[in-house]
Amino acid sequence: MADNVTPRVRVPRDAAAGDTITIKTLISHPMESGQRKDSDGNTIPRSIINRFTCDFNGESVMEMILEPAISTNPFIEFQAVVPESGTFAFTWYDDDGSVYEESKDIAVS
Amino acid sequence: MTMSTLKTAACGLALLAAPLAANAEDLVVNGEIEMITETEPAAHLDGAVPTVRSGWTFRASETQQLQMDDFENPAMIDADNGMSAWNTAEGAEGKSCADCHGAMEDSMGMVRATYPKWNEEAGEVRNIQMQVDDCRVNQMGAEPYGLDSRPMLAMEAAISSVGRGQVVDVAIDGPAAETWEMGKELYYTRFGQLDLSCASCHELNYDNYIRADHLSQGQINGFPTYRLKNARLNGTHSRFRGCIRDTRAETFAVGSEEFLALELYVASRGNGLTVEGPAVRN
Amino acid sequence: MSFSRRETILMALGAAAATALPMQARAAIEDAIAAFTDGAEPGEGGITLTAPEIAENGNTVPVEVSAPGAASITILAAGNPTPDVATFNFGPLAGAQAASTRIRLAGTQDVIAIAKMEDGSFVQASQEVKVTIGGCGG
Repeated sequence: MADNVTPRVRVPRDAAAGDTITIKTLISHPMESGQRKDSDGNTIPRSIINRFTCDFNGESVMEMILEPAISTNPFIEFQAVVPESGTFAFTWYDDDGSVYEESKDIAVS
Repeated sequence: MTMSTLKTAACGLALLAAPLAANAEDLVVNGEIEMITETEPAAHLDGAVPTVRSGWTFRASETQQLQMDDFENPAMIDADNGMSAWNTAEGAEGKSCADCHGAMEDSMGMVRATYPKWNEEAGEVRNIQMQVDDCRVNQMGAEPYGLDSRPMLAMEAAISSVGRGQVVDVAIDGPAAETWEMGKELYYTRFGQLDLSCASCHELNYDNYIRADHLSQGQINGFPTYRLKNARLNGTHSRFRGCIRDTRAETFAVGSEEFLALELYVASRGNGLTVEGPAVRN
Repeated sequence: MSFSRRETILMALGAAAATALPMQARAAIEDAIAAFTDGAEPGEGGITLTAPEIAENGNTVPVEVSAPGAASITILAAGNPTPDVATFNFGPLAGAQAASTRIRLAGTQDVIAIAKMEDGSFVQASQEVKVTIGGCGG
């Protein structure tokens, strides 16, 4: 597992039913591309977050497949519709098998 | 550095005409911290530049925007880690920074704006990093972080972040005067095979381009700074090192007397700007 | 005069970019497009790609894609060592078929976005992003 991987998510605390809201996520990760060489000329092995998913109450909002061309500390901004109060689940999948999770509740009036 | 770069730099900085400054909208962070990105130079600058400008004003609008919202500023991940470390007990004394200093927001707000600063007890000028490691070793009984190390930069970023918006006002007189004079001399000393001083680029040619690089005034109010170039926090002394190395000179060491003096002097050139660290730069 | 699919795709990329690319990269981007569209030829319109004309640093280039009614959108970088950048698959609770991220570009090149619409058709947009090379940069 890459060191110090910290997911951050910004979701509004509340919304009206059926509202479209903006979600921003940022996760600290080197996203080692597999294209770089160390000072001895050896290729540094690829180590990236390769997939991200966002679900709301078990239903999919968005899935993203990430390639080595995504910048260090991947930032993703997208939109979701919230039909009811519930919980967003965010999951990042690392090349090394690690899974990083975060969740956020939203109150819908 | 490629040969063509050297050639360009060597024949007296072939500089392109500068386009108008990038979208000079105001820098307001999180919609609440209002920054001063352009101001009158301090008297001690003696008219060296007509206006003191934050490095932020030299960046493209996409880069500028990264600094306007803490969520989008990748440096804030490190600053958060620094904040956690502040509240975590470490070392033989079993104390955290917070045990003596209280909440960082309450006690550290003016630190970044006034350092490097003369420490009466120690009888020397100290920067924030020296002060942090002194505390760790002598008050906490902990291992020092090491200058410009990742945890040190995270701590410095946290301390800086709670002082954002404060007006930089480092003292250059009294016992700090000698160090400041030394820093000033270094600033105007030409180094390396390219024979460049700090002033060659950052006083005489800011706003011009070295190839595609938009030269800034070399202000340090945004340090520690997250650079897109290496996608991590960068310390002031490491940045000085990179600059001097690029003149093809032997550089001074991070934490050296020379760089500490230069840090004080360059900080004083930014008196009147606001603390922006951790900023986002190219 | 008739063109093979290969030639047509190349022309869609823009003659300038195509001639600037080495053969290997041309084949790679073409393969990446075909892999996403399953060989279908993308149309135009209905998709927006927003990227800076000039990127200050190729390490972190903000891009936004939007294609109302898309099932998925892929982003490709024609001049990168491997052209794949990202693919977004939108679920039933997506508030818009749009997303923003930050990408790496190895140099000045075309960035391409292709959307797969709900009806199985494809639309494409592309934009050249100039990546500046620093003079010193410490």
